[in-house]
Amino acid sequence: MTAFFQSRYWSLEFILGAGLTTFIVIGVLLSRWLFPDVGAIDLMARLVPPFERPDHLLGTDPLGRDVMARIFVGGWISLKVGFLSVLGSVVVGVLMGLIAGYYRGVWDIIVMRFADVQLALPFILLAITIIAIVGGSLTNTIILLIVSQWVQYARLVRAQVLALRDREFVLAARAIGVKNRNIIMSHLLPNLMGPVVVLMTLNVANNILLESSLTFLGLGVDPTIPSWGGMLADGRTYLQNAWWVSVFPGVAILLTVLGLNLLGDWLRDTLDPTGRTQK
Amino acid sequence: MAGFLLKRLAQAIFVVVVVTLIVSVAVRMTGDPALIVAQGATDITEADLERIREGLGLNEPFLKQYLATLSGLFTWDFGRSFLGGTEVSTLIAGALPATLLLAFSSLLVSIVISIPLGIRAAIRRGKWEDQVIRILSLVGLSFPNFWLATMLVLLFSITLHLLPPSGMTGWATLVMPALTMGVILTATNVRLVRTSMLEVMQSQYVMVARAKGLSERSVLYKHALRNSAIPLITFLGLQFGGLLGGIVVVERVFNWPGMGSLAFDAVAARDYPVLQSVIMILSTLIVMVNLLVDIAYGLIDPRIRTE
Repeated sequence: MTAFFQSRYWSLEFILGAGLTTFIVIGVLLSRWLFPDVGAIDLMARLVPPFERPDHLLGTDPLGRDVMARIFVGGWISLKVGFLSVLGSVVVGVLMGLIAGYYRGVWDIIVMRFADVQLALPFILLAITIIAIVGGSLTNTIILLIVSQWVQYARLVRAQVLALRDREFVLAARAIGVKNRNIIMSHLLPNLMGPVVVLMTLNVANNILLESSLTFLGLGVDPTIPSWGGMLADGRTYLQNAWWVSVFPGVAILLTVLGLNLLGDWLRDTLDPTGRTQK
Repeated sequence: MAGFLLKRLAQAIFVVVVVTLIVSVAVRMTGDPALIVAQGATDITEADLERIREGLGLNEPFLKQYLATLSGLFTWDFGRSFLGGTEVSTLIAGALPATLLLAFSSLLVSIVISIPLGIRAAIRRGKWEDQVIRILSLVGLSFPNFWLATMLVLLFSITLHLLPPSGMTGWATLVMPALTMGVILTATNVRLVRTSMLEVMQSQYVMVARAKGLSERSVLYKHALRNSAIPLITFLGLQFGGLLGGIVVVERVFNWPGMGSLAFDAVAARDYPVLQSVIMILSTLIVMVNLLVDIAYGLIDPRIRTE
């Protein structure tokens, strides 16, 4: 254990990243108990500036709702979208990448051409079109993120399978008659998860950003549910005389994403020293 | 080389065809535009709606409509907007330059900031300056672009009264949108400059340049920076899609009359000739930029061609 603390892994990046992420995740998980009356409208306390009243530390919005409570409860949406979309993309992408890299052939062509298309169609443009048809909701945002991101994992995994498939331990397994499925699952998969984990961490951060911009534009999550993007969209109208309504939800996004990016960066140094996930 | 060019070109064409197909199909599912056109009219009958559809060309077979859209990329004829009947090409001619202006200004801002910072971080590798630049670049990477835009408005327009908060009325209005995207691009570019500089600085020709007794300045800027420019340009090409995606959002915040604003208005009005043209043109632009980068790269570095 002492070796761990003395090693280069115990860096400033790790301390900051893990600290921020833990604080936010725990805060958001406990928010329902910490702020049971989050939606309470109090028209007598509209637009209270921050740091003036102890019961509204970060001030209130135009309906007298507590900004801090809404930030913590609104974090639910961001974390949910961030984690579920990445989980979905990983499951689909890793599977497709394994198949494409190991069996090659038509699957390989499909994955690589899909990757070209994905590169040419930025997420926001795709989202504008699709959300206009199916409507904005939490589920649709998550599905859209999965559709546009699985291919990143597929490409990453494919490239690694190509590098691994002719290595001695795989050839040996094949020679003694191990089934293809078992080679993939127990010989290839464990050897390529490092870069995947790095990409996952960075993508949770990135997807939180994308979700909040969609919701900000009115294309994401239902605006009546507290969410960071939604709070920022509301706040813009009051920018002139109530800066706090727009400032604090943005700080929440910034800190969450920063925490995850710091962690991802540290993980990259630790798990992926050759920089396969280098942006 | 010819084989390489043909292969890349075929891939690019394939991507454009697929993207336009996706968009055309998607856009036609957004609802009946005839209802939107007829909006506000009282006692409209099914026969009227049918006449509107006929007039808009919606009763043609899908394949014919799709091919007409695709050929627009060559003839610059995208049909007419459902609202007001303006030529879509006129709307594009107004919006595309605004978006490109913003894109290039953002790139310029980011290059001006990231090259000196990246070089500094590379020279002082592992020292505190490197650490600070690294953490700052992560902070930049974590900014929601629309929020950074809002904060700039709060600072420069509302508090300091220095810049107009929105619109496109002269150079002053360009500052904040370009700064927003520039800062966000800088975050990734700094790290890229740093990495590629570090790689080049360990190479033998830099050692030779040092051994010849050239000044550090000349070694850095004449020998190292030039050679690290190749990966940098490739990466800028790859980033172009993300840059346009970001600009679409930032345009909305600043009311910048570009392709993003055009797209949002088109979505709200179900004006699909406009919407699909915007997306088709932006995607084609991204494919073309990537193709050019690939070709340039193939010309400079023969190893890429045989890959």
